[in-house]
Amino acid sequence: MEFAELIKTPRADNVVLHRPFYPAVEGTLCLTGHHLILSSRRQDNSEELWLLHSNIDSIEKRFVGSLGTIIIKCKDLRIIQLDIPGMEECLNIASSIEEQHCMGNTHRKQALSTLDSVTLMYPFFYRPMFEVVEDGWHSFLPEREFELLSSVTNEWRLSYVNKEFSVCPSYPPAVTVPKSIDDEALRRVATFRHGGRFPVLSYYHKKNGMVMMRSSQPLTGTNGRRCKEDSALINATLRAGKRGYIIDTRSLNVAQQARAKGGGFEQEVQYPQWRRIHKSVERYNILQESLIKLVEACNDQSHNMDRWLSKLEASNWLTHIKEILTAACLAAQCIDREGASVLVHGTEGTDSTLQITSLAQIILDPRCRTIRGFEALIEREWLQAGHPFQQRCAQSAYSNSKQKWESPVFFLFLDCVWQTLRQFPCSFEFNGHFLIMLFENAYASQFGTFLGNNESERCKLKLPQKTMSLWSWVNQPYELSKFKNPLFEANSLVIWPSVAPQSLQLWEGVFLRWNRSSKFLDEACEEMNNIIEYNKELQAKVNALRRQLAELETDDGMQESS
Amino acid sequence: MEHITTPKVENVKLLDRYTNRKPANGTLYLTATHLIYVDASAEVRKETWILHHHIATVEKLPLTTSGCPLLIHCKNFRVAHFVIGHERDCHEVYTSLLKLSQPVKPEELYAFSYNPKMPKDNREIGWKLIDLKVDYQRMGIPNDFWEITDANKDYEVCNTYPPEIVVPKAANKATVLGSSKFRSRGRIPVLSYLYKENNAAICRCSQPLSGFSARCLEDEQMLQAIRQANPGSPFMYVVDTRPKLNAMANRAAGKGYENEDNYDNIRFKFIGIENIHVMRSSLQKLLEVCETKSPSMSDFLTGLENSGWLRHIKAVMDAGVFLAKAVKEEKASVLVHCSDGWDRTAQVCSLASLLLDPFYRTFKGLMVLIEKEWIAMGHKFSHRCGHLDGDLKEVSPVFTQFTECVWQLMQQFPCAFEFNERFLLEIHDHVYSCQFGNFLGTCHREREALKIFEKTHSLWPFLLQKKQEFRNPLYKGFTAYKELKPNTLPFSFQFWCGMYNRFDKGMHPKQCVLDHLLNCMSQKMKLEDSATDLENKLPFLDGPLPDEVCSLSKIVNASVESSKTPMLNTPQDYESEPPALLTNGAIVEEVDIMPSRDQKNKENFVNHHDLPDLHSTMEVIESDAKKEKLQYQ
Repeated sequence: MEFAELIKTPRADNVVLHRPFYPAVEGTLCLTGHHLILSSRRQDNSEELWLLHSNIDSIEKRFVGSLGTIIIKCKDLRIIQLDIPGMEECLNIASSIEEQHCMGNTHRKQALSTLDSVTLMYPFFYRPMFEVVEDGWHSFLPEREFELLSSVTNEWRLSYVNKEFSVCPSYPPAVTVPKSIDDEALRRVATFRHGGRFPVLSYYHKKNGMVMMRSSQPLTGTNGRRCKEDSALINATLRAGKRGYIIDTRSLNVAQQARAKGGGFEQEVQYPQWRRIHKSVERYNILQESLIKLVEACNDQSHNMDRWLSKLEASNWLTHIKEILTAACLAAQCIDREGASVLVHGTEGTDSTLQITSLAQIILDPRCRTIRGFEALIEREWLQAGHPFQQRCAQSAYSNSKQKWESPVFFLFLDCVWQTLRQFPCSFEFNGHFLIMLFENAYASQFGTFLGNNESERCKLKLPQKTMSLWSWVNQPYELSKFKNPLFEANSLVIWPSVAPQSLQLWEGVFLRWNRSSKFLDEACEEMNNIIEYNKELQAKVNALRRQLAELETDDGMQESS
Repeated sequence: MEHITTPKVENVKLLDRYTNRKPANGTLYLTATHLIYVDASAEVRKETWILHHHIATVEKLPLTTSGCPLLIHCKNFRVAHFVIGHERDCHEVYTSLLKLSQPVKPEELYAFSYNPKMPKDNREIGWKLIDLKVDYQRMGIPNDFWEITDANKDYEVCNTYPPEIVVPKAANKATVLGSSKFRSRGRIPVLSYLYKENNAAICRCSQPLSGFSARCLEDEQMLQAIRQANPGSPFMYVVDTRPKLNAMANRAAGKGYENEDNYDNIRFKFIGIENIHVMRSSLQKLLEVCETKSPSMSDFLTGLENSGWLRHIKAVMDAGVFLAKAVKEEKASVLVHCSDGWDRTAQVCSLASLLLDPFYRTFKGLMVLIEKEWIAMGHKFSHRCGHLDGDLKEVSPVFTQFTECVWQLMQQFPCAFEFNERFLLEIHDHVYSCQFGNFLGTCHREREALKIFEKTHSLWPFLLQKKQEFRNPLYKGFTAYKELKPNTLPFSFQFWCGMYNRFDKGMHPKQCVLDHLLNCMSQKMKLEDSATDLENKLPFLDGPLPDEVCSLSKIVNASVESSKTPMLNTPQDYESEPPALLTNGAIVEEVDIMPSRDQKNKENFVNHHDLPDLHSTMEVIESDAKKEKLQYQ
């Protein structure tokens, strides 16, 4: 492997590893092209550490005499420490890890300019140890989603106007648009919307036929540019005499300022059938800073109660959760309660817009609360919709790069899902571990699913041919069993979460994961599982007995009568 | 009844604290024991029962266009905001409630009129349900070192202690009496809990009357006797749960704390739990935060921090953990006191027992613990809960804090308790309800004088009857966990929404895991019965053995369907301004609710079987399900 040659010191002996919940262990440290491995040469595998380089968020070195210490902070928020005897060895190891770590991050940061280097990442080398029953790359094709839609309405069509990614570089080749709007009109609308992201269908509410669309901001600029195809497109989704809602994820102020840079918002005069609601949701590196502050607060165990609460407050993380959930609930309320169609957008339509549209679907659509449906939602509303995962998830809570494009947008979405799951513990087919697994894989993974920033990049990277899909692994029965919620009972209703501060909590499964033992909570989950499983078995037994009794009685009856 | 001038007021609105939704409209009734509000505007009849004893404050707010507002704050953290059409009616209800909610004489308390129509014998048996002697026997007492004495039978030693107390055998009567002269209010060191495995004991008392230099030989002998009752340890801890400054200030008044030089082999330690006045104002601040109308996340967290409430909860928990650790790990006995030894001392000793001994985490165990450390040892429930019209400065949420500590432990150890959150809430309700005699008065002597054992009922048998709804389905049994070692880092403490925002149902999870699991448990029993039943029938018939048929596990039966947890759910006001209406101004009135088959009216936790007169005039209370309209807009 070419880059393995770059590693100055591929191994070191007598390294002591410290990590959460395990006693310190001494062993040999090896650096490979993609992993940092510590092996104690003991029988027990739990004494081993396999860490993906791409999971490393930052590194610190410390020296006490000739004993060097490397502190590795991971994107999954874990912190591990390696004590390496000998200053030189330690420095060499540290710089080797740093090189690998930096390389990994350059891939992510400069994804567009150095697409080739992405192909050096682990997913391109990973060979699965399991048999692929269902190739996840083909599990959630837009065509299949459209088929489902066609069974309930014929007002929509699948357009391949973006086949070559020429109309909108961040859209997939196939998008769902109103039937009455032709491709030529779409091309024109694309020139009127930021990044070419013209309004497309996000969700169809079967109950009343109302829809949710998403797009980017209109490019009205300061002189109020118009585009009649644009209003025609969105008006095509309205029933006669009905009004729709535009939910702008920026404050009115920010939206107005956007006009100076050529952006803008829909003016009432040009969109008389639409009512605009500004529901501000924070974006970009402000969110990243919020994450950094929160994790710092969780990791500092010296805080007293007042300091902890004040740090928790100052991080603003829960404020963001409340904002996002509130906006999503509003969108859902417009659709389900007001019986109106909705268009959601912010500036680019790749971040806060997707948080809102995907959460609104979880609230409205029971299918999105199943495992399959949730996977489909992530494919549809995040991956195919062009959320730039590679940029956003380049660094996590220990980042010090402060780059504008790094932002825990998807992480916040998962947290909001967790909050909803906590409030509706019986309405989701998956459990909290499923969400944690997705968080981990979005930031560092052996699978190709979250590589690239959009479909166009994934296509160029040939990810479906060259890497394994996360879904291929997750959807195996054994793996799935770990992610199932025993309390799940299909619930066809709309679920309205509470957004009161008292109802929102710190996602302990992620933020306190490495800071306190979850032994007793895990035991409770197991116990709950046992209770429910036992009942199911009992029920099955009773049913079988009943059926048998009934059969025997019929037999007897027949014998008697014959 | 002489306080009730207007027993019934019509056209009364009940406002919802959190939304702009159209308020409920209905009728307000005043009975001898309850305020009852019947919502006539709801599709389904809905009643709200408020026990007069639960009312903490009644306020008349300035007149508005819609009427005269009456704001009621309850001791169980319910807030009811009524608007009464006529000022006159409002004033009459207001003055009636003021009197009804603040009885002057103990005989006016509900417990003396509460009559659940049970045989007299049952009442007497009920009072015998908890026998503290049995608990001491469980600890192995009497033994070589400890004895149960009736030294206090005429309240000669201490008038706020029970007649029977547990003291070291080595301490003779002279020592006991001598020590009592040197302890504030005669509250001498007595045993609270003995950890049988290593003989380390938790003892409790009040502060010594040491001033700046006073000594008392008998008190020193008393402590020595306690230390020597645990031969395994060369020292004992003396823990003063007050902040050091407070303890020092007490020396000027001739009280204070133990001087390490005067007592053999003691290790003295301050723990720093604040006094009742600090706790009272902390709770006040917390409740203001909880009551804020649509606060931002920042407002809430800042308010939570500024209230100091969780800081105090953590302080109590830390102290309990310290005691448990000293006993279990250092094998050392601990003597605990604060000022009078009936507030912080009660909290800390009972918490330590709960951490050390799984028995106290059972139904019976928690009852024993409360009887022993709180009721018998003279926690002044009557004053702390403001049962009677009296000094407001004596009121303090000391027991509430203990209840919360137990709840915090239940969050960390979900399988370690036999009971669930509702059990705690029910006990907490009855501490204030005065429906049962247990919590009346301030000490055993006073309860005897009130004749509560002859005239009132005990709470415990009443709770045991409702055991099924109070049990924790995840409980792993007595032996699963021995001592608990909770994490006491700040992030391990949660805000207890179920207590302080208990009546704001919209804030709680919309599906209740507890209900779901309780359903599973009751279903399990039914299924096991029918399985046995069917198996008994089968052998009389010919055919394949049941096991062969069991593979048909996929069959879903109707009874599984019925276990579905009811979900109460409608959207709240997600837009800060009034909700956007359609052009035609219509609000879609659709109910996304699954009516439950066995809805219980959780609003009125205090049972009212004893009100047949009113009961007959009112229809049976209907489901909670549709009342959701109140919770949101």
